Amino acid sequence: MRPSASSSPCLRTPSQTAGPFVSLGTEWLTDAGMVSESDPSAIIVFGSVVDGDERPVTDAMLEFWQTGAAGASLAGSPQSCSGLARALCGPDGGYRVVTAKPAALPGPAGQLQAPHIDVSIFARGLLQRLVTRIYFSDEEANEADPVLVGLEGPDLRNRLVAQRSNADDLGSAKGAPRYHFDVHLQGDRETVFFGPW
Amino acid sequence: MTGAEAIPGSPSVLDPPYDYPGYNSTRLRAPKMGLRPMPPGSADKGGPVFGDGLVVAEDHDLTLGHTGEPVGQRIIVTGRLSDSAGRPVRRQLVEIWQANAAGRYRHDMDRHPAPLDPNFTGVGRCLTDDDGHYRFVTVQPGAYPWKNHYNAWRPAHIHFSVFGTSFVDRLITQMYFPGDPLLALDPIYQSIGDRRAAELLVAKFDMATTVESWALGYVFDIVVGGAGPTPADS
Repeated sequence: MRPSASSSPCLRTPSQTAGPFVSLGTEWLTDAGMVSESDPSAIIVFGSVVDGDERPVTDAMLEFWQTGAAGASLAGSPQSCSGLARALCGPDGGYRVVTAKPAALPGPAGQLQAPHIDVSIFARGLLQRLVTRIYFSDEEANEADPVLVGLEGPDLRNRLVAQRSNADDLGSAKGAPRYHFDVHLQGDRETVFFGPW
Repeated sequence: MTGAEAIPGSPSVLDPPYDYPGYNSTRLRAPKMGLRPMPPGSADKGGPVFGDGLVVAEDHDLTLGHTGEPVGQRIIVTGRLSDSAGRPVRRQLVEIWQANAAGRYRHDMDRHPAPLDPNFTGVGRCLTDDDGHYRFVTVQPGAYPWKNHYNAWRPAHIHFSVFGTSFVDRLITQMYFPGDPLLALDPIYQSIGDRRAAELLVAKFDMATTVESWALGYVFDIVVGGAGPTPADS
């Protein structure tokens, strides 16, 4: 039966887990990041994903979504995708992604939203993706961001803020700014997740 | 498990919950705090744009790219990607991955003692056409055992990853095959409480897609969009 443009909306296809072998189908796109590491707008976001026992999640796939936010540097070449950077967790649960730091954006109500990236997390054991947001510790606009301000207390707010890192990164010879963001699926430091959508 | 029931913590009644005791891996991975309302603006952020050179025509045929043909029943899987108002999702990426005919993934972490097929990787992708259609050529994947419970078997399935036109449309799901007795026993499939929604994941065998003397055909349409009904165009 074909969906057709009619007055009765079609039932949406439900989600299923990406499973433990998500890297098999998705790894190819991790090299097609929207910016190269030498681009002046490039940043590196790195961290780990851990479960409710604080054990590394070794089979997660993360997608960083920021369509058009940083202007020309996001224009795609035929070999790339724009607006999306994808990363896979390694055997230690760690991930690392090169992306672009977005600008502050006006929200729907006209209120300025601090620079942020919307993130989807897929893994075995997640029947649905999880959705969170990454803010940046060196942005004053965080103080007035409606989403951050809406969270109760600095502890919860900080769970969405990637910390600017000064540690050396051997893989980052170009000196792109680095931000540390861990995802806690469960537990005392559970990441703030959003939904439904 | 019949009928739709609102499950706390679930993005929508049509989707499975995060915390589903029948599926062991949810136990330490399902968030417990409850979801916060989606931030204003996130939902409508546009989808990624994929360069024409990123996906080549051969990527849709999983039986190519090796020295010989893979073992297994050759199949065609095709369908239409649309939003909940029936509008096509054009020129967007569809990715699939699957086990081989013996039920084994080409992945280091797959320890199932079934043979790998030197002629099958199990990964494909394509862009939808201007009417939202996609098409893959592959082989029928095998069922395989997993450790969730005693004598647990995953029904044969193909993983599908699709993008729509906005952030809310992003979907990873699994396509199943009609008439599979393992569906009734599979906690991942059964985690969808609404039977009508679950049945959308079962492809339809289709003689019009079947190619004589070559491959069986299945149709699997995918509808993406937010949880709420989309107002009809009028």
